[in-house]
Amino acid sequence: MSTFWIILTGALVAASCGIVGCFLVLRKMAMIGDAISHSVLPGIVIAFLLSGSRDSLFMLLGAAALGLVTVFLIQWLHRSGVQSDASIGVVFTALFAVGVILVSLYTRDIDLDLDCVLYGEIAYVPWNTIEIGGTDIGPKAVWGIGLALLLIVLIVGAFFKQFKLCAFDPALAAAVGIPVALFHYLLMGLVSVSTVASFESVGAILVVGMLVVPPATAYLLTDSLSRMIGYSALVGCGSAVAGYYVARVLDASISGSMVCVAGAMFLLALLLSPKHGVLVRQWKQRRFARERSA
Amino acid sequence: MKPSPLTIRNLSVAYRKKPVLRDIEFEAPEGKLIGIVGPNGAGKSTLIKATLGLIPRLCGEVSIYGEPYARQRRRVGYVPQRESVDWDFPTNALDVVMMGRYGHLGWFRRPGRKERAIAMECLDKVGMSAYADRQISQLSGGQQQRIFLARALAQDADLYFMDEPFVGVDAATEKAIVALLGELKEQGKTVLVVHHDLATVEEYFDWLMLLNETIVAFGPVERTFTPEHLQTAYGGKLTLLGRDERSALILG
Repeated sequence: MSTFWIILTGALVAASCGIVGCFLVLRKMAMIGDAISHSVLPGIVIAFLLSGSRDSLFMLLGAAALGLVTVFLIQWLHRSGVQSDASIGVVFTALFAVGVILVSLYTRDIDLDLDCVLYGEIAYVPWNTIEIGGTDIGPKAVWGIGLALLLIVLIVGAFFKQFKLCAFDPALAAAVGIPVALFHYLLMGLVSVSTVASFESVGAILVVGMLVVPPATAYLLTDSLSRMIGYSALVGCGSAVAGYYVARVLDASISGSMVCVAGAMFLLALLLSPKHGVLVRQWKQRRFARERSA
Repeated sequence: MKPSPLTIRNLSVAYRKKPVLRDIEFEAPEGKLIGIVGPNGAGKSTLIKATLGLIPRLCGEVSIYGEPYARQRRRVGYVPQRESVDWDFPTNALDVVMMGRYGHLGWFRRPGRKERAIAMECLDKVGMSAYADRQISQLSGGQQQRIFLARALAQDADLYFMDEPFVGVDAATEKAIVALLGELKEQGKTVLVVHHDLATVEEYFDWLMLLNETIVAFGPVERTFTPEHLQTAYGGKLTLLGRDERSALILG
């Protein structure tokens, strides 16, 4: 049973990150997920200080709030003339450092371990379950990430055309009356939610990996945005399943293996994709050259 | 009296405190092709973007057919500069043209068969229907520009803004754009086009705006396209073009 829960958790993380990740990759904001997964730390600590409990709901809210603050600060710095990669770097390292200071100042005597706040371990997912009315309804992580995925599917499904136009041509989107800023923050909110819902239980590396690698793989495989999103979710889920068994054979980190499998899939797509693959392109060029010389 | 398609009063725009446009004030006549020319950095694109509310303005009022832009969006079509989007985006030509319909669809409706039919029709008008399924990165610059024009046609507007549609296009596309502008004019639509090539101004446009931070001249081409006005708008930069310019003027 625990195998099932771990794979399901991995697949849910992969699917939710894979969907929102497509928009990040297309908008050249792939590193936003990395930034959010670090800069939520002060939010978690402040939520902990205010509520006095380690209840995940408070932590989740605190983290999500800081996720949005991060995005807002990055946007603001960028608009004031800082380069976009520099503004991402400045904001997330600074916020993370504030979190580290807060932890060292206020939580010295309490058990708020950085490792378990930021870098959860997917292998422990099956044992952290929730109960309703005395019956065990499965791991907490599965419910949290499952809800996040549901939210993402509903919102992206309902506003697909807006997200698409905002990603492709924000100027036209604004001109035809789509509230571009609203959809920007909605997307960033979804990124925050999926990041925050995931990393507490599965670890930041899996989240950041799944936000970027499967969408980048899917980008190489198709010329349609909706198909790209589907492929991205599939590649993510596939890496979750395969990664689990790789980890079992090697007796190694599960989330590490999942991301490695995703990376291997990316490499395969890069080399072999029928549309954008490196090998196909070389083969075509060589054939072209031969035809010219013949 | 019918309100003008576009009336701008007292418009000023600044980027980081440096003024880009000052005291812009004009009223565009209906059913005319209006060229906007001026040296680099004169604020031509900025004028369009500020009019459409894409960048904040310091002050100024814009009214479209007598009402604020927010209420008249569906009557306005926009062709941004071609380089303003990522042509590696995973989508095809037909899909891009359908984006022109999004404004008409409201919040929740999805593009369907009707939008597809409209988009095909617009692709046909720019001579690109054979490329409907083509991934947009595989189109030439001129073809990409025609896709953008088709998308603006799909917006089915009365007032069009086009930002440098003639830049970097092949002769066939240039001809197609000119034919299209003529057709729009025949239908009584008003088109404002940011343009850079002084040699073709008289051939393409009825009215002309000479812009350099502020409006140097605005009116029918015969009255505005004069050496004095050009000298004022372009300053010293015009002497480089000098000879060609004068000959073009004499010929005209």
